[in-house]
Amino acid sequence: MSTAQATPAAPQDARHEARRSLFETVVRARELSLLAVLILVVAGTTIAEPRFLSSQSIRDILLNVSVIALMAVGQAVVIITRNVDLSVGSVLGISAFLTGVLFADHHAAIGVVFVAGTLFGALFGLANGLMVALARVPALVITLGTLYVIRGIDFVWAKGRQINADQMPDRFLQLGSDTVLGVPVLAIIAAVAMLIVGAVMRSSRMGRELYAIGSQPTAANLAGIRVSRRVIGAFVVSGALAGLAGVLFTARFGTLDATAGTGDELQVVAAVVVGGVAIFGGSGSVYGAALGALLLGVISSALVILKVNQFWEQAIDGALLLVAIGLDRLLALRVAAALRARSGRRAG
Amino acid sequence: MIIFCCFEGEEPQINQQQTPDPGPIIALRDATKSYGAVRAARGVSLALHPGEVRALAGENGAGKSTLVRMLAGVQRPDSGSVEVDGEPVGFSGPADARDAGVAVIYQEPTLFPDLSVAENVMMGRHPLGALRRIDRRKLHRTVRELMTRLGVDLDPEEPVRGLSIADQQIIEIAKALSFDARVLIMDEPTAALSGNEVERLFGVVRTLSRRGAAVLFISHRLDEIFTICTTVTVLRDGEVTHDGPTAELDTDGLVRRMVGRELSALFPKQATTIGGPVLKAQRLTREGVFTDVSFEVRRGEIVALAGLVGAGRSEVARGIFGIDKLDAGHVEIDGVKLKNGSPAAAMRAGVGLVPEDRRQQGLVMELSIERNVGLTRLHALRTSLGVIGRGREAALAADWATKLQLKFGRLSDPVAFLSGGNQQKVVLGKWLATNPKLLIIDEPTRGIDVGTKAEVHRLMSELAGQGLAVLMISSELPEVLGMADRVLVMHEGRLARELSRAEADEESVVRAATGAAAA
Repeated sequence: MSTAQATPAAPQDARHEARRSLFETVVRARELSLLAVLILVVAGTTIAEPRFLSSQSIRDILLNVSVIALMAVGQAVVIITRNVDLSVGSVLGISAFLTGVLFADHHAAIGVVFVAGTLFGALFGLANGLMVALARVPALVITLGTLYVIRGIDFVWAKGRQINADQMPDRFLQLGSDTVLGVPVLAIIAAVAMLIVGAVMRSSRMGRELYAIGSQPTAANLAGIRVSRRVIGAFVVSGALAGLAGVLFTARFGTLDATAGTGDELQVVAAVVVGGVAIFGGSGSVYGAALGALLLGVISSALVILKVNQFWEQAIDGALLLVAIGLDRLLALRVAAALRARSGRRAG
Repeated sequence: MIIFCCFEGEEPQINQQQTPDPGPIIALRDATKSYGAVRAARGVSLALHPGEVRALAGENGAGKSTLVRMLAGVQRPDSGSVEVDGEPVGFSGPADARDAGVAVIYQEPTLFPDLSVAENVMMGRHPLGALRRIDRRKLHRTVRELMTRLGVDLDPEEPVRGLSIADQQIIEIAKALSFDARVLIMDEPTAALSGNEVERLFGVVRTLSRRGAAVLFISHRLDEIFTICTTVTVLRDGEVTHDGPTAELDTDGLVRRMVGRELSALFPKQATTIGGPVLKAQRLTREGVFTDVSFEVRRGEIVALAGLVGAGRSEVARGIFGIDKLDAGHVEIDGVKLKNGSPAAAMRAGVGLVPEDRRQQGLVMELSIERNVGLTRLHALRTSLGVIGRGREAALAADWATKLQLKFGRLSDPVAFLSGGNQQKVVLGKWLATNPKLLIIDEPTRGIDVGTKAEVHRLMSELAGQGLAVLMISSELPEVLGMADRVLVMHEGRLARELSRAEADEESVVRAATGAAAA
């Protein structure tokens, strides 16, 4: 050991510093650059159309984004484990329908409905997770299946029924438009969920194990992590948040049928990827995912207010997705090259 | 969990040593394990006592890895038992084994590239603060202390992605030390390490055993077994053929028990007629990786590229084959310049590359033996309809399987079922089927058992005899000295020295590789 202990520390420390700061810059830069793009879009649109920055318009944007952002947070947890949950739109739909039925047919209390919707979603998440973990079939395939199965159940259950605002308590519907200090209640709920999940992902053993699983599944198993249990947990979180999103969706729109949330899964996955969560797992944050949802929501509102043809919205969302993935790849290559150049000068 | 904290305590723990017979910490009793029809372990018993450093020797496919997996809780024996402190236990997973104090360092580091060094060391055992939140400061401090005690300069906060294999191995060792490991199992920990790093590892092993831990050490480098191990268990075909103190055996005796026959010479090298140059590498440079590397390899010649891990040897090979683009310089095959950055062009010109990492780069593990052999010959295997002729593919594979003395069940079995040595033969067959002029072989016998090693060497020697030019990258000095007609030594991305067969000995190669001035 004596020979190794004599290793001089000073120059190598400098190398470590450089390496770490490079890495951290890249990681941090993702959230920062998202913020920068967000500010650019808002500023640009405001110059073209000052009404864009009115408090009413901001409130609308936040209301629209809350539902997607909530699901994006859950989706980020799943994608970080190197899986994906495509069933979230359907889970939102069926949970929203449950919300309507509980109010219309059972006159349930608001608190009960929130809990019931969330648990209902969690149940579907559990089913997804069990199938992914135990059947060892890629999550993409499993959740593509449950996307249709859950929507099918929703349709059979609804039998074409539509539930309207007059069948729900006013206090519940007000939640959909109420604000606290100018911030919509729905946005606050989404933000709280994001902060809780974000803290768990960053600072609990469970959260770090989820990152570990996504980073290298075989190593996670050998490190004694209960991989199946953790992956199931990630799907339960995603399902629960989609269920909660279903309740919020109902509060926001008041009227619903079995088609609520159709196609939302792609928006959600897009938000997560734009938000800098690596599609192959292991890195990214739920904050980034929520920020991604906000950016996509702001762009869509900007296009409406600028009277751009709606068809462009999807094209722009898609382009943004490609830019995000391209950026990831480019950054990965640049980082790899930089690390190579540095470690290339090392001995041994 | 007790955090390991007294590593610098060099004085032996006398109490432990004086206890007459402390009994084994962990043991396998009559363990049997089968994979399908293959019986990987048949009634194996093995005990690890406190302070013991035991070698587990045996050819590839002898059942060593199976044993490790049972001790590590990754697999359960079909019959027989695992005992900890004399009590039978049923490990339901690696976590149980870890909780019992068993740490395993696998052949290939099993780390999380996206996470920091510290998180890799302490995964699942992060120090917690209030509200069960991870205490990052304490986490980093703990790991920094661990690294200091190991005498390594690795920043706990830096990500693992991009670290060298040697550094990654250190993280594995730190992981084992971070919980109070009573049993340390090391499956070929030295395969990717250079001399210094091996010494450092042995230092750790000795300290651990002095502290009363039991170590199980697996290596194909026999000299290492004699250096570090006190006892040895030899496995052959899933059965224990020898169990006793290392001092009772010499190299020949050990090898005999492993293979069941005498090996006259480990490194046969026929004299060959050396012809004109096949490969001319001219001032090859890749920014930050290697600089100004020029050399020739001639017909019938085996040229070894020696050096420490990280000196840029494999990278030069990748540059020649066109996997990585060269920033400057060029490669000529038979006087014709190769297109830069095109493996297809290199293959057309008659270059074959047997990569270091056969699992990832050399083979498609899920595909059958015949499919893997046929991969480089897809053009020739086409029938008149343009599809691949399965019959031709099978015939090609059967031909090479015979020539290379491949041990296999059926040619349609996935290569993942083969032992390491036999997988290497499939990679060799795949390239030899292209009838190459130059074969680049990166670590030809890494992770291969003694018997197959000799076969691979014999094969290389025969091929050179038939006029093939061979560029061999090897970290094993005996292999370099035994096989090569010329030795090129790299140091920090540059060719440090060229040594003829007569000039090359351990001292001259090591001096050049470590950057010491030529003697």
